[in-house]
Amino acid sequence: MRKKFLLGSDRMAGKRLGKQTLKFSSPPSVISNAAIAGPKEGEGPLSQYFDLILTDDYFGEDSWEKAESKMLKEAVKSAVKASGRSNTNIDFMFAGDLLNQIISSSFAARELQIPYIGLYGACSTMAESLCMGALMIDGGFAEAVVCATSSHFCSAERQYRFPLEQGVQRSPFTQWTVTGAGAAVVAEAGTGPYITHATIGKVLDFGIKDANNMGAAMAPAAVDTITAHLNETGRKPEYYDLIITGDLGKVGKAIILDMMPKEGFDITKVYNDCGSMIFDSEKQDTHAGGSGCGCAAVVLNGYIAKEMKRGNINKVLLIATGALLSPTTTWQGESIPCIAHAVAIENAIGVGV
Amino acid sequence: MKTKMSSKQYEKYIKDKLPKPAYLKNCIAAFIVGGLICDVAQFISNTAKSYGYNQEAVSSITAASMVFLGAFLTGIGIYDRIGKFAGAGSIVPITGFANSMVSPAMEFKREGFVFGVGAKMFILAGPVLVYGISASILIGIIRYLLGK
Amino acid sequence: MDYLKAFLVGGAICVIGQLLMDLTKLTPARVLVAFVTAGTILQGIGIYQTIVDFGGAGATTPLTGFGYSLAKGAMKEVREAGLLGAFTGGLKATAGGIAGAVFFGYIMALLFNPKSK
Repeated sequence: MRKKFLLGSDRMAGKRLGKQTLKFSSPPSVISNAAIAGPKEGEGPLSQYFDLILTDDYFGEDSWEKAESKMLKEAVKSAVKASGRSNTNIDFMFAGDLLNQIISSSFAARELQIPYIGLYGACSTMAESLCMGALMIDGGFAEAVVCATSSHFCSAERQYRFPLEQGVQRSPFTQWTVTGAGAAVVAEAGTGPYITHATIGKVLDFGIKDANNMGAAMAPAAVDTITAHLNETGRKPEYYDLIITGDLGKVGKAIILDMMPKEGFDITKVYNDCGSMIFDSEKQDTHAGGSGCGCAAVVLNGYIAKEMKRGNINKVLLIATGALLSPTTTWQGESIPCIAHAVAIENAIGVGV
Repeated sequence: MKTKMSSKQYEKYIKDKLPKPAYLKNCIAAFIVGGLICDVAQFISNTAKSYGYNQEAVSSITAASMVFLGAFLTGIGIYDRIGKFAGAGSIVPITGFANSMVSPAMEFKREGFVFGVGAKMFILAGPVLVYGISASILIGIIRYLLGK
Repeated sequence: MDYLKAFLVGGAICVIGQLLMDLTKLTPARVLVAFVTAGTILQGIGIYQTIVDFGGAGATTPLTGFGYSLAKGAMKEVREAGLLGAFTGGLKATAGGIAGAVFFGYIMALLFNPKSK
């Protein structure tokens, strides 16, 4: 039978669950990780899990943007080295960051010379890049890819909010952009942990206009994606050892734990949030917690990766959440549209669906 | 997801989950720091007067000195720490105006001295000057029309 | 004593600013613009002078005082130089402060770099 007469639904049978969830028929393995964190993150509760902690925010460069790009580049190099491969046999690089025109990623790609696909998902980029990387491999187009993202407190503040030396008072629900970069090498051949499913999010906007209130803006998107994932895979929350959002922070965490039961799921027992874990908000004065692409990146590639290796976590659903605003839209009085992408990473290929 | 909420409903829903600013503490801090900064200005004013300068000169000397103070404290990286504690107490006085000019100027040095330092100095001060000067011109015109 | 009066008046004006920032959606930049304009208008209708007479530097240091100087200068020049004074008076009176801000601002930007937080 000629291929072009196969019905769309036949080709997709078993690969797409419902509208948003993708099931990989040959789940690729995350074969190595790297997490580079800034000084403040290095003083936080997860410091032991990071591969490199910077002594200062400049990382030897003369601008923060260059420092951030260097962090991303070094994270990729580190992850590639740990995978036993070299730059020349990593097929593709998926990366993104918060800066205008994703310069951190593009300039790192310039140095790395790996065929590059730039992504923008704001703080959802870690999950977005893993989704895309897994798709590339499961689709038979690549043997190994690297998925990376970065953020930097100083470069983000300067672009989105205030110059650093300006005397402003942060509101109690503001979050602190993480200075960090994380990279994961995902390959066709490996013994896990496996990326088994990905759920692609829709953009949701519940009308929050305050750029300081990211947690509240992003929570509905996270709820929507988790709900879609659980409904479409048929899994219960307890299937996972950990359902973790990227950077909802203290406020977003309270909201999601309140909204999920309304969708029919109680995730309380297995839920955590990278933004709430990365800083000690009392000691480090980070108000509602960490945020930024680097937040999910260093927690996933540092804490979660190591805990999965040790067998303390075996099945994790990472939902990285992004706020898709720009300074322009804020000045134009727009509210903040948000998105959340989910990846399921499991030590053994799961029994459920 | 099943839950559907309008923007207004969502705003109301999250209200009790949002931590509130420490209103009283912030007001007290603003009052004390703002008051102290004004006292520094008063001291400079009195000193200038004692040297025999007239009222206009005293105003200019005080303004320029306070601006210098704000600029210097911003440069050495202290003003933002004061601001974190004092809020409006450090934003409202003229030292805060200086801070709002110096901090972006320092920040954007990497983008060069023309488009970085030179242009960015006015991102926050610009509106203040535009509206203040325009308002004063209007007042002047009205005064003129009312026949002094 | 003039230090006490300056403290009270200056502190009170800052508290108004703090309340505006905490209770409304106004950003610090908008609060500053509002204060400058308010100071100008209040001097235009003659009220701010009384606050200055009582509070001294407590009234002239906050940004409302900058608006006051602008308006006072404009009105003075109009009395002496007619309509042109409306345009020249404000800047004449505040030249010291503005020039200082530009110059000292530039020097500080040359000398110092922002610190990591």
